[in-house]
Amino acid sequence: MSRPRVSWRDLADESVAGLFARPARALLTVLGTVLGIAALVGTLGISRTQSNQIVGRFDALAATEVTAKTRDTGVAGQASRVPWNAEARVRRLNGVLAAGTISPVNVSGALTKTVPVNDPSNVTEFDLPVRAVSPGLFRAVRTRLRSGRVFDAGHSDRADRVAVLGPGAADRLGISRVDNLPGIFVGDRVYQVMGIIDDVARRPELLDAVIIPEGTARALYRLKGPERLQVDTRIGAAALVATQIGPVLDPNDPARIEVAAPPEPKATKEAVTTDLNRLFLVLGGISLLIGAIGIANVTLVSVIERTGEIGLRRSLGAARRHIAVQFLTEAALTGLAGGILGSTVGTLATVVYGASIDTTPVLDARIPLLAPLLGLVTGVLAGLYPAVKAAAKQPVEALRSGT
Amino acid sequence: MSISTSAGDTTVVDLADIGRTFETTPPVHALIDVNLRVERGEWIAVVGPSGSGKSTLLNVLGLLDLASNGTYRLDGIDVSELSNAELTAVRGERIGFVFQSFHLLSHRTVLENVMLAEIYGTTTRRFPRSGRRDRAAAALERVGLGHRLEFLPSRLSGGERQRVAIARAIVTKPTLLLADEPTGNLDTVTTESILELFEDLRADDLTIVMITHDAEVAERAGRSVHIRDGRLT
Repeated sequence: MSRPRVSWRDLADESVAGLFARPARALLTVLGTVLGIAALVGTLGISRTQSNQIVGRFDALAATEVTAKTRDTGVAGQASRVPWNAEARVRRLNGVLAAGTISPVNVSGALTKTVPVNDPSNVTEFDLPVRAVSPGLFRAVRTRLRSGRVFDAGHSDRADRVAVLGPGAADRLGISRVDNLPGIFVGDRVYQVMGIIDDVARRPELLDAVIIPEGTARALYRLKGPERLQVDTRIGAAALVATQIGPVLDPNDPARIEVAAPPEPKATKEAVTTDLNRLFLVLGGISLLIGAIGIANVTLVSVIERTGEIGLRRSLGAARRHIAVQFLTEAALTGLAGGILGSTVGTLATVVYGASIDTTPVLDARIPLLAPLLGLVTGVLAGLYPAVKAAAKQPVEALRSGT
Repeated sequence: MSISTSAGDTTVVDLADIGRTFETTPPVHALIDVNLRVERGEWIAVVGPSGSGKSTLLNVLGLLDLASNGTYRLDGIDVSELSNAELTAVRGERIGFVFQSFHLLSHRTVLENVMLAEIYGTTTRRFPRSGRRDRAAAALERVGLGHRLEFLPSRLSGGERQRVAIARAIVTKPTLLLADEPTGNLDTVTTESILELFEDLRADDLTIVMITHDAEVAERAGRSVHIRDGRLT
């Protein structure tokens, strides 16, 4: 005996026609799924973009920083030092953008003040750290100046009594401008303030410090030699520069120099998952669930409304499964449409977010591809019960209901 | 009332001792010992008041419902031995339905409503997608609606809607046309035109079983059988 047969194309056509019979309703039904999928895709994309930007910025700074100091010689009171001309030697290396030396200066507890008066009612003296640096250090730590300028090799060679203030030190001393040539006292020695720093990318201790030329520290405080070398390299050059610094600073005993190079780039950048992102993922899931319930509800209503149509189709020779597949396909297409639209909205949100913080949007390529599939699965699950209900209708009963 | 002992090649419907009992409390005997033979090209009217069992008889004839006992041969096939899927296939291949309430899909055009009948084929008879539009148009031409192809059903009169339903029923070339109160929703003038169409179709060798409670309508059929309390008289 023959059995009922329907081509897939005809069934698909019928399902699409069923959806477009009530376009406004179909659109509203899709909305829940759109919101759910968009929330999921958008959250994943935005958090990934965000974390990638943080990691990227950190890497660029860390990957171009090399520092060097000497190892402890073991001889008491005989702390060995980096050569005075370390800056000039290292700057010749290929890949070095800037280099400079920095040392703490022992001022024997001298306090810093702006005017030589004693005012018992007010604190006018501060215990500020003093740092001696070579002129190249300001570039090596990527200094941004608030006002004035920094000292140069001439100041250092002449042991001029000049100073550059970190923003913290300047604020405490109450110095906001340098065009009136303000002076400060460190102990009983007076220095002319040449400039005030706004920010540094490295060596944040400079922000609170009084910074004087190395030559001055050498002459006034008997600085034995620079303590640490600070190098800013081109991106990718740090590892090579690090291997060359030892021989350049001490050709006789390169191992005496201890070089700190940036760590190997991490193989995997762990995504930053904040509680907020987790919350959005949960909200997306809930929204998707509500979307599924919406699809189930509307499909069920549609089954009841179209009871007469079901009876008619059965009378025309449709088998139960053809009825089931038709309604299931309608629900699945609704879910798929929601998935595609939601994926689009989520991807757009990621791109807009990336543009708003001026960075490259990052989204796992699989997510926008899998999201429509998730919508499809949602639709199929939502359509199962209504489809079974539709298929279970007896043709006699169904035809009696009228259209 | 004679018991049919043999059926010729031209017999489309052959009901023998058909009974249909609904297992309610108390049981309802909707059909009792029904015997009926309908030959090819016959137009039969089943007449009876409401509750007489004529709808049950139509459902059994249309394979929408199965008899509790007795034998029903449609085109020589004993349908009591068929599975659900096979019944559906036989229904799709051999029977066309016309209902009192038309059952047209309101969002589809007249042409699409007729094309709908062709999508449900069987393993032995399928209608290709190509030419479907032309075949549906031809069926509509046959019922006199060639000028209304792209109309929505809501823009048609009752008589025109029933013609669309008839076109949908005959486009798959069934052997048996079952009409359940086809003129029940129509005025007398329109009723007349539908009955004329039935006469045309019968003349083309279509077998028609028409259920009606209207004696005047029944008179137009070649033969009338009366049903009362589940029995043919």
